[in-house]
Amino acid sequence: MRRLRKHFSRKYLREEVLPTPFCPGCFNGVVMNVMFKAFEELGVERLKGYVFVSGIGCSSWIPSPHIKADTIHTLHGRAVAVATGVKLAKPNLNVIVIGGDGDLAAIGFNHLVHAARRNMDLLVILVNNLVYGMTRGQASPTTPEGMRTVTTPYGAYEPVMDVAELIARTNANYVARWCVANFNQLKNSIKEALSKHSKGFRFIEVIAPCITYVVRYEGKTPGQKIKELMKVCRPNTETPYGRIGILKAEDKPGYLDRYFEYVKRATEGDKGE
Amino acid sequence: MSACSVEVDRNLCKGCGICVSVCPKNALELSPNIGPSGYRYPVLKGECIGCKTCTLYCPDFAITVVCDEGGGQG
Amino acid sequence: MRVEFLSGNEAVAKAALDAGLKFYAGYPITPSSEIMHYLARELPKKGGMFIQSEDELAAINMVVGAALAGVKSMTATSGPGFSLMQEGLGYAVMVEAPIVIVNVMRAGPGTGQATKAAQGDVMQARWGRHGDQVVVVLAPSSPQEAYDLTVKAFEIAWGLRVPVVVLSDEFVGHGREVVEMPDKVKEPEPGWGPEDYSKPPFGSDDPRKPPPLPPLGEGYDLLITGSTHDEWGYRDVHSFETHFKLVKRLKEKVLGNIEKIFMYEYFGDDEADILIVAYGSMSRPARTAVRRLQAAGFSAGLLKLKTLWPMNYDVLRSYVKDARVVIVPELNLGQVVYDVRIVAGNDTVVVPINKVGGGVPIYACEIVEKAQKVWGEALEEALQP
Ligand code: SF4
Ligand code: SF4
Repeated sequence: MRRLRKHFSRKYLREEVLPTPFCPGCFNGVVMNVMFKAFEELGVERLKGYVFVSGIGCSSWIPSPHIKADTIHTLHGRAVAVATGVKLAKPNLNVIVIGGDGDLAAIGFNHLVHAARRNMDLLVILVNNLVYGMTRGQASPTTPEGMRTVTTPYGAYEPVMDVAELIARTNANYVARWCVANFNQLKNSIKEALSKHSKGFRFIEVIAPCITYVVRYEGKTPGQKIKELMKVCRPNTETPYGRIGILKAEDKPGYLDRYFEYVKRATEGDKGE
Repeated sequence: MSACSVEVDRNLCKGCGICVSVCPKNALELSPNIGPSGYRYPVLKGECIGCKTCTLYCPDFAITVVCDEGGGQG
Repeated sequence: MRVEFLSGNEAVAKAALDAGLKFYAGYPITPSSEIMHYLARELPKKGGMFIQSEDELAAINMVVGAALAGVKSMTATSGPGFSLMQEGLGYAVMVEAPIVIVNVMRAGPGTGQATKAAQGDVMQARWGRHGDQVVVVLAPSSPQEAYDLTVKAFEIAWGLRVPVVVLSDEFVGHGREVVEMPDKVKEPEPGWGPEDYSKPPFGSDDPRKPPPLPPLGEGYDLLITGSTHDEWGYRDVHSFETHFKLVKRLKEKVLGNIEKIFMYEYFGDDEADILIVAYGSMSRPARTAVRRLQAAGFSAGLLKLKTLWPMNYDVLRSYVKDARVVIVPELNLGQVVYDVRIVAGNDTVVVPINKVGGGVPIYACEIVEKAQKVWGEALEEALQP
């Protein structure tokens, strides 16, 4: 048989781990395409010098084991802390964190919000699938009110956490929220966060509802959901998932800039008394 | 005439139907046949304009687009 | 030779810098904070990174990240913070991150008594994580040993790709003594070199040799995970073989090097009738007690354990077997005494002395008194028909 041409994403992937373990239609794969398209357009053909750090959850499997680069698959919630250690130890590396709403907004929120406050030089991509997918669909801090899950069998009653808005209120340099259906806008945000705004804390939330525990429960197919999100997620509008668009884009000095400034004070006579 | 067509890696395709839904020309459908991984895979039923929307949205890196004259590197 | 008057906490910080520390993350907690204060001042000047983390979970995970990036890194804490760090410590074992954690023990559980010395975290340091694993635990008894054992901790951590806990305590941490330090310390070398970078980063033919940790960012495409993985880092969360092989190797890597890791000192009479087994600050009154017992005509000795884990039971047995009475003074309700009981024969009386709280030590006179009493009872029993 003639060799098939390869999908553009595959040059960034470890061939031997395909197909992915994700459910059919899982939007994690779309997020991967967006990210890889961004790299492709930035002219990055080989992800040398990039370190991907993730925690526990479905989206944490996006980098590990799939992305052909250095990947660190950490404990549940601790990706941002490990990423901080990597970045500070080797400031020339590009460190990207990918995680879900349970990982980053629940168990790991303290690390997330403090990294944002510090304007730590990291890009964090939150793949918000609205539930704990890996552990079978329990409610998360971003589960819409009223949604039935195994832990909210009578409908979720806790108010939703708007993660992107919260992070935008910190000292973070760049905050955006897109739906997985906003392919180009999301791609451009990732590109910006890796080029034009490559300093400080960059946070991109991607609304990517879990195919198995959200979309199927809504009685929709993955294709129908993508089409729906294409309609709903218009830039700079309020949606059921919060405001869509770039919420913040600044160029304040990042953590490292400030740290090196501080070191200068320490070495140039300030006695620290 | 259709100058473009699609190629599907049936080992990767999970038959999710996203490509079918996002195609602006409604040119794809899932074949009645089952691929090696046990899923129905997309086939062309109408005119493909080579926009590659299917490729971008395919979560399993399975579908690529080939056009006769240039471009279309998938 | 540098000679300085240092607290145990300062000695730890100085030792870490001498051993090549380039990254410190920590969260303030009594009685360990002086380590952090010292490094906050010195590390930035020495081209290192210092960060005050949002909590101890962050501290240990930052330290793991820095270690995986190839940089000598450390954190220091005390009881409650050490509890929070258990999760990260288990992760460090699984990904074989060479990190050093200092726990300056205080009285627990809970918040307990923050400023009061204790030795209650021995079992936690050994066994505090879920799952099977071995970490190395060292226990200094003086500022001098705090210095020496911290350098040693970096040697072991980087020699074997294993986390090392320095289990200090409030007496040692805040006690101030003369410390002698070499002018130049040879920075501990990793137990692998660039020639090993092409080998599997999570497997080794010789279980006693650590696999290499190639640098991040240089195209090795490292696959690091805290889930069960094969020798190349591919996750395998199903097979028995992969999991068993991995956890066994991680254990053998440490136990296979026990000769290098296990450190102790013996002081007193050969084949002493009365043996005191002690560690950390409580080995100091124990030493005085031995002298007094000897002066009173007893055959007495002190086995001071500098390594608390892995325990070399052969060494312990070799000292315990000759003793009629073994006294184990600990600032807790009894932890290392279990090790002694494991190796003690039927003819040996093992007696713990336990006290904890209020910053009250176990005094030498208490040890002497107890030893004499137990000796007398043992003698009486032996004389009975
Ligand atoms: S989007 Fe991809 S995986 Fe889904 S049906 Fe189409 S080709 Fe198959
Ligand atoms: S390239 Fe565009 S037109 Fe052709 S099948 Fe794919 S989505 Fe449809």
